[in-house]
Amino acid sequence: MRILIAGGRVIDPASGVDEVFDLLIEDGRIVRIGKDVRGAEPPEASKGKRSKAAKNAESAINVDRVMDAAGLVVCPGLIDMHVHLRQPGREDKETIATGTLAAARGGFTAVCCMPNTDPVNDTRSVTEFILDTAKREGAVHVYPVGAISKGLRGEELAEIGELFESGCVAVSDDGRPVMNAELMRRAMEYAGMFDLPVISHCEDLHLSGKGVAHEGIVSTELGLCGIPSTSEAAMVARDILLAELTDARLHIAHVSAAESVRLIREAKARGVRVSCEASPHHFALTEEAVRGFDTNAKMNPPLRSESDRQAILAGLRDGTIDVIATDHAPHTAQEKEQEFDVAPFGVIGSETALALTLTTLVASGTLSLNQAIAKLTSEPARILKLPKGRIAEGADADLTIFDPDREWTVDTSGFASKSRNTPFHGWRLKGGTVATIVAGKVVWEA
Amino acid sequence: MGLARKDLLRMQELTADEIRLILDTAESMKQVAGRDIKKVPALRGKTLINLFYEASTRTRTSFEIAGKWLSADVINVSTSSSSVSKGESLKDTGLTLQAMHPDIVVLRHPASGAAEFLAKQLAASVINAGDGAHEHPSQALLDLFTIREKKGRLEGLKAAIVGDIAHSRVARSSIHGMRKVGMEVRVAGPRTMLPCFIDRLGVEVFTDLERAIADVDIIMMLRLQLERQQAGLFPSVREYSRLFGLTLPRLKGAKSDVLIMHPGPLNRGVEIAPEVADGPYSLILNQVENGVAVRMALLYLLAGGGQAA
Repeated sequence: MRILIAGGRVIDPASGVDEVFDLLIEDGRIVRIGKDVRGAEPPEASKGKRSKAAKNAESAINVDRVMDAAGLVVCPGLIDMHVHLRQPGREDKETIATGTLAAARGGFTAVCCMPNTDPVNDTRSVTEFILDTAKREGAVHVYPVGAISKGLRGEELAEIGELFESGCVAVSDDGRPVMNAELMRRAMEYAGMFDLPVISHCEDLHLSGKGVAHEGIVSTELGLCGIPSTSEAAMVARDILLAELTDARLHIAHVSAAESVRLIREAKARGVRVSCEASPHHFALTEEAVRGFDTNAKMNPPLRSESDRQAILAGLRDGTIDVIATDHAPHTAQEKEQEFDVAPFGVIGSETALALTLTTLVASGTLSLNQAIAKLTSEPARILKLPKGRIAEGADADLTIFDPDREWTVDTSGFASKSRNTPFHGWRLKGGTVATIVAGKVVWEA
Repeated sequence: MGLARKDLLRMQELTADEIRLILDTAESMKQVAGRDIKKVPALRGKTLINLFYEASTRTRTSFEIAGKWLSADVINVSTSSSSVSKGESLKDTGLTLQAMHPDIVVLRHPASGAAEFLAKQLAASVINAGDGAHEHPSQALLDLFTIREKKGRLEGLKAAIVGDIAHSRVARSSIHGMRKVGMEVRVAGPRTMLPCFIDRLGVEVFTDLERAIADVDIIMMLRLQLERQQAGLFPSVREYSRLFGLTLPRLKGAKSDVLIMHPGPLNRGVEIAPEVADGPYSLILNQVENGVAVRMALLYLLAGGGQAA
């Protein structure tokens, strides 16, 4: 299968390329990048003064398909390093098949799935089940994240060595923090033997208490129990200190608070090996979205104040925040159609992340298009050491083609995800996926 | 004239005019309570369901009497709060009730926002009779009614609300209600029970009871939830009472005609000394009495009764 992607604006942050090129894909790889690739081979075909169309028509290169990418952006396949695919255990919320299709629809060619499934991904058999199912049914690449502790209980280390051998690209107890600092220290030391990053869900459960929303003016007015920013930041500080002690690679998940951004910025300046991610809902929304007790605005960490949102934007701009990741967390309608206190935390994000990034960050000038794409491609690939996130001859043909100018209205009824729990339904966004190509195959197309 | 809204969920959403309309209507309703035969036909043929997910004596009884004096058919449904997280969802309960075509549902629920949630499910009017720590509008309205009855006015009066402001729906509703009718509001309590940014609701914040009550016209004491001690919000009932209990010696520093209110039920000897609760300036039983009149007014105005009572 040979596909020619013709005339797109190729943006590859890893190499600094930002130019109109053709890409030729064959057998799952990018085999040629250049101007007028089709006409240029064989070399004699490019001679003379024929029109481009004529050249193409007579081209010596046979391609199975030409994708016209004029006016579109072609970039490395987007990587979402934080999703919940819910399989095994909660297939009513999402499956590997539907979750990866949702990712493909959103322009992602790879996702990292968190281990808080049932059973927990704390053993080789669960990792292998995920990888096997993904191979059979998945639309995009799936990289499992293994558990830090057995059963996510925060008591004993999981068999991190075996998780690494069976294909986990990081370890995390995401969904819950490792409250025991001693265990977290040992996890960092142990994961360091395999150079695995430790992804930390930073939350002090005592400070969070029964909290369901950011502790601020909105929680005060609505009479909701608050989760203070300090609940996150105190753990960010602790984990940074532990990373310094152990020289581990620490990645802070879903940063939401201004204090956390400041702590990570300072740690990076000191040379600590820490990276972090922010989720689109945290840079696009604030606690105000909770008014009316909208359970689709209930997530953990919670939507915080406007000054926190501004700090997230500043962190994205100055590079403190390396990655944009969705924390795609599907829940059924009946779970969300409950009292705010009772509804589960979490929102889906795969199918809106790219457009929210383009609309909220790029259109506003917070990030250049190149910077935004880096945070969705080369940066997560670097942190997780994935052989992905770049466009080069010989590289895997994982590509995302999107129209940066297409305006559309978010309508959950068309979502590929099994769940509909998003606060962005009805939003007008700019920038839409046109095609998602995984290993040389078009897995989703508008 | 009725209220131009389906539900009564929050004091925050009422206008000063709406509050005045409710209080004025409650005045005529109060006359019914003084009659020999306490019954008017205003809501004949209307159905009122009291749906209570929390234990309540005065609020539920008050709504029940209010409905009966207006000739509505009143049904009480009590569900233990444990069924919030198990058993039938509030949505399904709402749909079930809807199928029986009630005209008004009065909801008491431990989760903030529950009344708003139910109101979206039902064609019937929903009255919030207390949702979590959010609001308890009928309580705030009966308090305003009681204050106006005693003082002859509301505007310009100064009130101090004392106690666990963070967890109090009465405090939130009272703050909104009092501010809307032109009263000055202070809140006072241990720092651990004052929610962040409460000053942004237009109140002055105190942690010293004596300073808070020094020159106010009304002192509203809130009930101390004793289980907050385990949550680390105060060290002991003894110390709470020593610092924030309203006693006769403390009252010496207040205005001589200060009025004392409490939404009940009382922890005698904890947040309020018995001799204060039963003293000459206590309005606690007036509050209960006026509760019926105010709730009659609410039912009448929301159920769109055709003719005046």
